[in-house]
Amino acid sequence: MNGVEGFMYPNEVELVWSVLIVLYPYITGLVAGAFILASLERVFRVDAVKPTYRLALLTALSFLLVAPLPLQLHLGHPERSPEMYFTPHSTSAMAMFGYVYLWYLMAVLVFEIWLDYRRDIVLRARRERGLLRLIYKVMTLGSDNISERSLHIDERVGWVVTLIGIPSAFLLHGYVGFIFGSIKANPWWSSPLMPVVFIFSAMVSGIACVMVIYMATSKLRGTTIDMGCVDTIAMYLFYTFIIDFSLEMLDLIHRIYEADESFRSLNFMVHTKLYFSHIVVQIGLGTLTPLVLLAITQVTKLSEMARKRIYALAGALTLIGIFAMRWNVVIGGQLFSKSFLGYTTYKVGMVTREGLPVAIALTLLPLLFLWVLVKLLPPWDDASAAHGATGD
Amino acid sequence: MSAFRDAGHLLRFAGLFVLAFIIFLVVRKFVVPKSFGEYGHYRGAAIGEIAAHPAHFAGHQACEACHADIADEKKGGKHAHVNCEACHGPLGKHADDPASVTPAKLDTAVLCVRCHAASVAKPKNFPQVDAADHANGVPCETCHKPHNPALEAGGAK
Ligand code: HEC
Ligand code: HEC
Ligand code: HEC
Ligand code: HEC
Repeated sequence: MNGVEGFMYPNEVELVWSVLIVLYPYITGLVAGAFILASLERVFRVDAVKPTYRLALLTALSFLLVAPLPLQLHLGHPERSPEMYFTPHSTSAMAMFGYVYLWYLMAVLVFEIWLDYRRDIVLRARRERGLLRLIYKVMTLGSDNISERSLHIDERVGWVVTLIGIPSAFLLHGYVGFIFGSIKANPWWSSPLMPVVFIFSAMVSGIACVMVIYMATSKLRGTTIDMGCVDTIAMYLFYTFIIDFSLEMLDLIHRIYEADESFRSLNFMVHTKLYFSHIVVQIGLGTLTPLVLLAITQVTKLSEMARKRIYALAGALTLIGIFAMRWNVVIGGQLFSKSFLGYTTYKVGMVTREGLPVAIALTLLPLLFLWVLVKLLPPWDDASAAHGATGD
Repeated sequence: MSAFRDAGHLLRFAGLFVLAFIIFLVVRKFVVPKSFGEYGHYRGAAIGEIAAHPAHFAGHQACEACHADIADEKKGGKHAHVNCEACHGPLGKHADDPASVTPAKLDTAVLCVRCHAASVAKPKNFPQVDAADHANGVPCETCHKPHNPALEAGGAK
């Protein structure tokens, strides 16, 4: 059989969870991480990261809109997916996800963005003409009350929504880890640490993502990067990364020490089939390298230019590293046999519904959504936005 | 009063939720099958529909009623507990009307290794052979009688 070494049960030869299922936790992770970064500013009133507050919310929204697409493409009968709303199955974690998703999308993210942007929306509805005016009018929900008091109420309600949003973001992503962690038949996944590791890696990737997007958009718009902001974000990134890395190492050491019946087989896999994606990309390139880079910026005084370059590099490597982590979890968990006597191979498809071009398109799609959102609801001050608008 | 007016837009957003929920309930009413949940988390009427499917298997008692000779031969051998239709496939139609439905001939080169091909995943005490090594292309039934496969004492036991 192609790509099989040793003995595989017949149902293990083909991987059922493809690269799209790798993409899915990656994308929800970015959502949760970006949102948590935004919440930090709001709840703990960290003024330094304020320039990224709105950008982080819009980033979270655009990735969240794409999050269910890889799942839909993976389903044999995507048209049946609404049934999980119509006939909810309360004892299935996967079936309950629809509700978690909707709650997070509508009650948290959209609501918070709406509250935060309401003033801008109303002002634009008054100012714009034609179709745009209609769009903004619809977004105001027919209320153009932007009195001092109403904005004050928005501020207070928004704060509460953020407060509820933090556990919701943890739920959204913790749930993804929970699904893997609760598959007791698979020793590579089955671990109560899984949800926690997923949440922290989500925060790491989300923070890195917002940092990179902020730097990139500043560059594109030709505005100066607020170094105080990026320095603070990089510091957060560094600390959450340390926690994340410690948790993953804890998991690893625990596995090595426990050395249960699966250990020899998994150990062999990590040293052969997963060596490149796990040891080289995830740990070496995607974790230790950015950690060292970020540590350098924390302990030494570097020039602004050098810091920018390091942050950009560390951010990009982090994003690659977390993707590799999702890959190793999802794909790695399906490469070995439950008999521990054999291994199979995963080949990414090309012209299939779950192939590489689709995966790439789905990775780029959120950026397109973000572009539209940024055009509709500029996350930066009106003055500079007008400036940017004439610029392009 | 004015506090209420200044929070009016929030009520509108809440109204949107209520509206969406009502639409959800209405749509749900139409798309969820009537008998859903009658017995459990599935469509109750499905049971009747499935029961109405024609049976594909007849069961070994049915075969033995007509093929007593084979049943006797099989009874004493190692295949005593292997069901007729495990090898012959579903023969419900044949059992109903043997004159017009004749079972297909079996190819032992495919059939026997389905269960007996050597594999590390099988229990050690299950009889298994590496077919190429063991039979070298000779059909299994040249040496083994399918219904009573052991070779000692002419296959008696
Ligand atoms: C109602 C009696 C009856 C029942 C029940 C019955 N058979 Fe038969 N079977 C016959 C008859 C009669 C023939 C011979 C008809 C022919 O040669 O076409 C036959 C032929 C066969 C043959 C083909 C023999 C050959 O020479 O190729 C096989 C195999 C067979 N039956 C298996 C089964 C199995 C397995 C079952 C149980 C699912 C079964 N039969 C149930 C009456 C029955
Ligand atoms: C281990 C697999 C196996 C089982 C179990 C089995 N058969 Fe067979 N049977 C065969 C094979 C192989 C043949 C010979 C190939 C052929 O003629 O299709 C055969 C042939 C037959 C024939 C044709 C007549 C003959 O003797 O060659 C009949 C009738 C028959 N089987 C009925 C039965 C019935 C009834 C049972 C259950 C009591 C049964 N078989 C169980 C494998 C099996
Ligand atoms: C549906 C699965 C199945 C198929 C198909 C099957 N067998 Fe078997 N066979 C068994 C089982 C079960 C036993 C009994 C094993 C035991 O006693 O532990 C057995 C026992 C045997 C034995 C006895 C081994 C011993 O310990 O002496 C022989 C020989 C044998 N089969 C040959 C065959 C041949 C030849 C065929 C093809 C005609 C065949 N089998 C098809 C399941 C199957
Ligand atoms: C040339 C004759 C011959 C042929 C052909 C043949 N066998 Fe055997 N087979 C034997 C002999 C002899 C034994 C050993 C006697 C015994 O244990 O019953 C045996 C034993 C077996 C056993 C029991 C092994 C054990 O460890 O207990 C199985 C199973 C078996 N054969 C299956 C097959 C299958 C399947 C085929 C067809 C691919 C086949 N045989 C073809 C002669 C043959």
